[in-house]
Amino acid sequence: MMNKSIAILQKNWPLLQTAFLEHIQISFFSVVIGIIISVPLGILLTRLPRLAKRVMAVMGILQTVPSMVMFGLLLPVTGIGKPTAVIVLTVYSILPILRNTYTGITEVSPGYIEAATGMGMNSLQTLFRVELPLALPVIVTGIRLSSVYIISWATVAAIIGGGGLGDVIYTGLDRYNHTVVLMGAIPASLLAIATSFVIGRLARLAIPRGLRREGNA
Amino acid sequence: MVTFDNVTKSFSGHTVISDLSLEIPRGQFTVLIGPSGCGKTTSLKMINRLIEPSKGSIFVDGQNITKVSPVDLRRQIGYVIQQIGLFPNMTIEQNIEVVPRLLKWPKEKRHQRTRELLEMVGMDPKEYLGRYPSELSGGQQQRIGVLRALAVAPPLILMDEPFGALDPITRESLQDEVKKLQTSLGITVVFVTHDIDEAVKLADRIILMKDGEIVQNAPPETLLAHPANDYVREFIGKKRMKANYDVDLVREIMNPRVVTTTRDKGFAESINLMRKRNVDSLVVLDKEGRLEGVVTVENLRAVAGKQHIAQIGEVEMKSVPTISMNAQAREAFDTLITEKLPFLLVVDSKDRVKGLVSKTSLVKALAGVVWRDDEDDE
Ligand SMILES: Nc1ncnc2c1ncn2[C@@H]1O[C@H](COP(=O)(O)OP(=O)(O)O)[C@@H](O)[C@H]1O
Ligand SMILES: [Mg+2]
Repeated sequence: MMNKSIAILQKNWPLLQTAFLEHIQISFFSVVIGIIISVPLGILLTRLPRLAKRVMAVMGILQTVPSMVMFGLLLPVTGIGKPTAVIVLTVYSILPILRNTYTGITEVSPGYIEAATGMGMNSLQTLFRVELPLALPVIVTGIRLSSVYIISWATVAAIIGGGGLGDVIYTGLDRYNHTVVLMGAIPASLLAIATSFVIGRLARLAIPRGLRREGNA
Repeated sequence: MVTFDNVTKSFSGHTVISDLSLEIPRGQFTVLIGPSGCGKTTSLKMINRLIEPSKGSIFVDGQNITKVSPVDLRRQIGYVIQQIGLFPNMTIEQNIEVVPRLLKWPKEKRHQRTRELLEMVGMDPKEYLGRYPSELSGGQQQRIGVLRALAVAPPLILMDEPFGALDPITRESLQDEVKKLQTSLGITVVFVTHDIDEAVKLADRIILMKDGEIVQNAPPETLLAHPANDYVREFIGKKRMKANYDVDLVREIMNPRVVTTTRDKGFAESINLMRKRNVDSLVVLDKEGRLEGVVTVENLRAVAGKQHIAQIGEVEMKSVPTISMNAQAREAFDTLITEKLPFLLVVDSKDRVKGLVSKTSLVKALAGVVWRDDEDDE
């Protein structure tokens, strides 16, 4: 049993390697595009509180559309392949980041904003020097959450020719071969955990000492 | 320095400031006082255009403030607010340099000014520049808040209950500091409080407000000696009550709320306690409640990174003079003043700590005497 598994692993090693790299690639692009869209959008929405509720509701609905449906709708337009996968995954990556950017900023205590305004910062200076830095931990949490989601969602991308570890999983399912299924599933889980850990670490470096949890006097 | 010309302010139809005309003199310490909701904050914020009047005009230095952009105006007026003033994402240095940066001062000039300011209040720049606000006690934070308002040496500073959240001792020393800075720098301060003791101590002129109108505008002595009407009398009434009993003994004028700890308390726990109660020092007691010594934030910091400390008892303590609770109050005040102490600890016959006496106690007691005499005249 063990020997057989190792043999299968050896045989499929090149496939696994390609799939792993592809997986990282599509997840990475989806989350980065997601950040590029949702952070500015989230900031903008804090300036337009009325619109904010509606946009947030629409994003919430999009989030619940099953990925199959989304793929189905996009296939005629963008065809089979990585671009379609990245588009769909990007849509899913937006909500957590958008919501955290929005709430992170709106929950900055009004006292800080009043202090900033009262000292003569204009609204852009207040945004970049006070609101965004104070919201940063919350925004990073959104990005972390989104990344973990996307890495697991990305396994579905294989269906529309997006590649990634999903390819390995579906191959395994096709052949009723558990070992091959696990060869796709385990790296995907490990990737999600590792990414979450790395983002957490990077955040510790990026977030000023004064904003980390209290405890060291 | 600041002139209110028939200023009215309404919020959605509800008038909170009605037809206010007022002249705030240059180089003086003016205190706006009155019960909560009487319009002190609104009046103050109209000066730096955080709130715009509904009617009337305000002039700063002879210039109508609507003729200056709000941003430029605010950079020329220092502003200190209650509690959260400091930005937690910035170091002390960055916090103090907010306005100098906005005004694009060169780096050299900014740094020099920041160091100068810290030294002015006896805080070692090397030690504090790189710290974050969360690493300072409440009193130290508010001290930085004051320095930040002074950074570009504005001729006018607005303060809205800046010391409201501090414990009596810290509050006392910050009041002294602010008063000293105001006099030595010759700046104009407009200060909001609802605490008459604070007003009497700091003000050159007290403006007592009620429901958006001025009830009395006078120097503190005049306000106390000749209250304009019953409202003023009632506002300072709490002191009159105090004046009704004898204030000759220390026990009667001491503040019984002392923040204490014991030797075996954890180091982190003690720091947390200081932070929560906003004090710069803790009084260490033994099991019987007797004084062991006083640990200050400075003591704690001195040892913090260097060695591992589990219990507060391992930190070096300062000794603080004590006085018996049955001693004459006068004696306590003499010691306080001649020895320039921030406070004296009050002990009972078994040396157990029962309270403390600070300059606030002194002001209160003196005021009591003033009003008692006043009453005798009537
Ligand atoms: N932005 C606002 N909108 C509506 N009412 C306000 C606003 N700001 C203050 N008020 C009201 O104006 C009155 C005076 O408030 P304020 O100036 O803050 O009083 P104070 O500082 O003396 O406690 C209060 O009744 C308060 O509820
Ligand atoms: Mg107020």
